Parts: sequence; structure tokens; C-alpha cells
Amino acid sequence: MILVVLENQRGKIHPFSVESVVAGQKIAKSLNQPLSILCVGDNIDPIHESAKQFDCSELILASHPLLKTYSADGFSKIIVDLIKSYSPKYCIFGHSYMVRDYVPRVSANLSIPFISDITSINLSSQNIQFSKQVFNAKLSSRIENESTNGCLLSFQSAAFSADELIKGAPEKVTNFEVQLSDSDIRSTTEEEFQESSSGVDLSTAELIVSVGRGIDNQDNIPIAEELAKVLGAELASSRPVVDMGWLPPFRQIGSSGQTVSPKLYFALGISGAIQHVVGMKGSKNIIAINKDEEAPIFEIADYAVIGDLLEIAPLLTEELRKR
Amino acid sequence: MKIAVLTKAIPSYESLIRIDTSSKWIDDSIVNYVINESDAYALEEALKIRESLADNSEVVVVSMGSEDKCSKIIKDGLAKGADRAILIDSQEKISDPLSIATLISDCIKDEQFDLVFSGLQSDDLGSGQVGVLLGEKLKMSTATLAIETQIQPSAIRVKRELESGWFQWLTLPLPASISIQSGINNPRYPSLKGIMGARNKEVAKLNSNQFSNNKLQSMVELYIPSNEKQTKKIEGDSKSVVSRILEVLKNDLRIIQ
Repeated sequence: MILVVLENQRGKIHPFSVESVVAGQKIAKSLNQPLSILCVGDNIDPIHESAKQFDCSELILASHPLLKTYSADGFSKIIVDLIKSYSPKYCIFGHSYMVRDYVPRVSANLSIPFISDITSINLSSQNIQFSKQVFNAKLSSRIENESTNGCLLSFQSAAFSADELIKGAPEKVTNFEVQLSDSDIRSTTEEEFQESSSGVDLSTAELIVSVGRGIDNQDNIPIAEELAKVLGAELASSRPVVDMGWLPPFRQIGSSGQTVSPKLYFALGISGAIQHVVGMKGSKNIIAINKDEEAPIFEIADYAVIGDLLEIAPLLTEELRKR
Repeated sequence: MKIAVLTKAIPSYESLIRIDTSSKWIDDSIVNYVINESDAYALEEALKIRESLADNSEVVVVSMGSEDKCSKIIKDGLAKGADRAILIDSQEKISDPLSIATLISDCIKDEQFDLVFSGLQSDDLGSGQVGVLLGEKLKMSTATLAIETQIQPSAIRVKRELESGWFQWLTLPLPASISIQSGINNPRYPSLKGIMGARNKEVAKLNSNQFSNNKLQSMVELYIPSNEKQTKKIEGDSKSVVSRILEVLKNDLRIIQ
């Protein structure tokens, strides 16, 4: 069987999980295997309700009060127990922060591989091949599973499109008896919270000028600010710029920041690591300036400007001011 | 307290990345190897904890790979203030994260570390798994993406980054393995005194061949990703590039008049 694990994100199925159901449906079909989908957590009724619309052989419900708050100990134990009793050929997840936190524990516990952060698969080769980005997205690698005892997979956002989801109804619904006690969970967890932002909602911005590591140092930030100002754009950044303290965290785009889809995304000195790209690939138009001709941002850019942003951006600002 | 910091040597951002003739690795001869960025933050966090405790706590840098790639980042770690280093000398390029974690586990399990810190992800193969895998192997509690830490007598309180600007504090009993998010602190530069002192610090070399390596996933090939879009290239001198961008903004995108 093929098993897909749904993540409960504050009462809704995590969007990456929906995409991983699509992955599961395709893999199950290709290997002629039954597909089971797992709802796991404390209050799983809302996600169970949504999961009932997915075409699959079986919906498995695994609920326990100790899963109310997430813990790596609790969640990895459930998945280990499930894999032991179901022996799925592939156990599939969305590549979320939660999955990154506990699924390696399952891999080490069961000595089965975890192929993570997959961006595409090739089902037509003799062994299924999984592709992922490596070397800062400059290259991709093809990976094969060598284990006969099962394999864990996690799919990066947009590896599969939720539009391809096959709707239907599970043939059966099974309850999995969760064995979990207080002593299994070593950590104590506090409430989740959002850090106060200064009210900049980049997700509604029509135009964004975004700055990356290529800006070189903090003294050059005004170059991006001036260009944003003259275009009437919001200023944003990639993670390294925030890490170095050159711009505040609420300006950050990417998996740990905001997700945007402006009419124009003007990327200045951004290399295009996947963690950034997931937050801006929905932009209608992307202009990228980078002096590295091989920067991965150029693969998703509509206009690839190869050159020195420290020269080009000020000149562009000057020309725009003249208008 | 004994703290291990996993540090990996990876190609610098500026390095040219070319696939070698085996199609399974990159041409190392044109690559400059540096410390993985988030590992540098992990090391700084460990050094800060040792300084805050002001007891006989110890920070140990652990690197795996060939000696020529790792020696520079080990020296740098010792110069910044790590007490000693363990080099797991491996000529073979192991890409399977569980094999890597198993090897490291075999090499360091007798050390009985209280804490293992690692960067959240390596910027080369980027599985983002080794810290957690190692934690499970050593029966430690684990957490990832730590953006703040507070050390307690036999526990560590960690602020964990969740998605889209959410955070959560959790407290883990020791021993614990924690992966550190970049941006958690300001990594220091080595002092001259530190550089001089590093020469006398211990670097234990272990040969990975003496441990078993049972590969569960294999990288069959590296390739150059294909372009998803019809990208229009704009290049030339800055002046002509700028006038071309202005045309795009005006005629293609209709953003300016």
C-alpha cells in the first residue's frame, strides 16, 4: 500500500498535504497499489471531513488527546507504529516544517530512508526516481530508494498541483488504536504565537522590489529603497538579508516569511534558493538582476538581467525619476 | 556541559559548480570549501552557552568528510573558541543522510554529549535531516529550526520557528539534539589570540572505513535543471541594460508611462 499522512494546520489540511495526496494517487496508480490516507492528531474531525472527498482505498483515523499539541516524540511514535502494522511501500508527506521536525526520527527508528524535499518524480523509469534541488538550486539530483522495507517521501510545495487531485470517497474508514502515554513525550510545549509585525502585508502588494545577498552590505540597502520608492513598490528581501540584520523580519519572503504574488517581482541580487522561491513563484512577472549568470532565480524569471545591480539599480532609479 | 556542533564543509556561494565526469558529484578541484552557513550560527550558539555557564563546559566541533576539505573549517572553529574537534575522515562521498548520521553516531556515542547542535540544513545536498537522525540514534530529544535558546540545569528551552511567521517555545530534557536556524545570533570572527591558540587544540581523527555503511538511498545522477520559463535575457553595458528594463516596464508590463 501507499500511505499519505495529512497534516492538521490549525484545523485545516496543510496545503502541502493536499499536494502530497496527488503524489500518492499518482504513485499508487502507477504501482497498482491501494492508497490509504491518514488523519492524525487530537481533534481530527475537521480534516477528516475534508479528507472524505479524496479518492482512496482507505481513510485511517489516528486520534489521541496527547496529540493535541505537536511533539516530535508523539508524532514520530504514531507513524512508527503505523508503518510497523501497515508496512506501506511508500509513506508520503508534504515537506512542511513539522515534517522536517519529526519524520527523520521515523527514518532512524525504523532504518528506512527518508527522501525529502522532492520537487518531481519520474514514474516511468524502472525504479522510481525522485528529483530534488541541490547545491543552492544550481543543480538537481536524481535519487533512488534502495530499501525493501519501505521508504519515506516528502514533497516540496508545487511538486504536484492540487488541481490534479482526484476526488471521490474512501472505500472504507478505519480507526487506528493509538498507543501513547505521558512518558513517551519528553518535551513540554507552549502555545504557538505570531510575532507582532509592523503591519506590512506584502501579500497584497502589486509591485515588489526584493533584495538579496547580492546587495553586498547594509550601506547599499538605500539603492533598493530608492528604486522601490520611485516605482511605488513595497520593499522585501530574502532570508540572508534579514539574518544579517539589514532589513526587519516582516520584509522577508519565503517559506519562513510571507508568500506574495505581485504583478511585478523585481529581484535584486537574489540567488533563488527554493526556500525563497516558494514564497514568490506566483508572481505574474519576475525581473531578476544578478551578476551570476547561473543564478537559479533566472530559471523562473521572465527577464534575466545579467549584470551588477549596484550599477544598474541606481541608474534605473535615476531614469525613472526623470519621467 | 558537553556540546557537540556538527559543521560541514560546503562549496562557497561564489564557487563555480560543475558536474564531474561521474555525473554523481561536482568538480571539487574548482571549488572553495567553507563552513555551511547555518552551522556557523550553531557554533556561535554553543560558544555563547559555554560562556554563559562559565564552568568547565566544553564545545566540540564535529566534521565529516575528507581532511583537505574539513581542516580549514575545523581550524576556524577552534580559533573561534571551540575546545577540541573530531574529524570523521571519509574519502567516500556519502549522500544518504541516514548513513551519515549512523557513522557520526558510531563515532561520537561514547562521548555522551549533553547537547548536539547542527545547522538546519546543508547548502550542498540539503537533506536537513542529520541532526534529527543523530538525535534519534543517540536516544536524545530533538527540535529543529531553533531561533532562540535558553539553557536550564538539565533542560533547554527553545524557540522554534514554525511556518509563515508563527513561533513556539518548547522545553526539552537533556540530552538533546537541536538544529539551529540561521540568524539566531551574530557569529564571531576568530581573534588573533584564538588563531594562535587553535594550534595547540586537539583534533581527533577517526577513519570512517572502520564503521559499516549500509546505504538506503542513492544519488544516481546530478543534472542541470531545465528552465521552466521563456526567459528573456538582458545583458550588456549598464546604460543599455537600463534602457531595455525601462522598455519592459513601459511596453511589456505597463507599469510606467
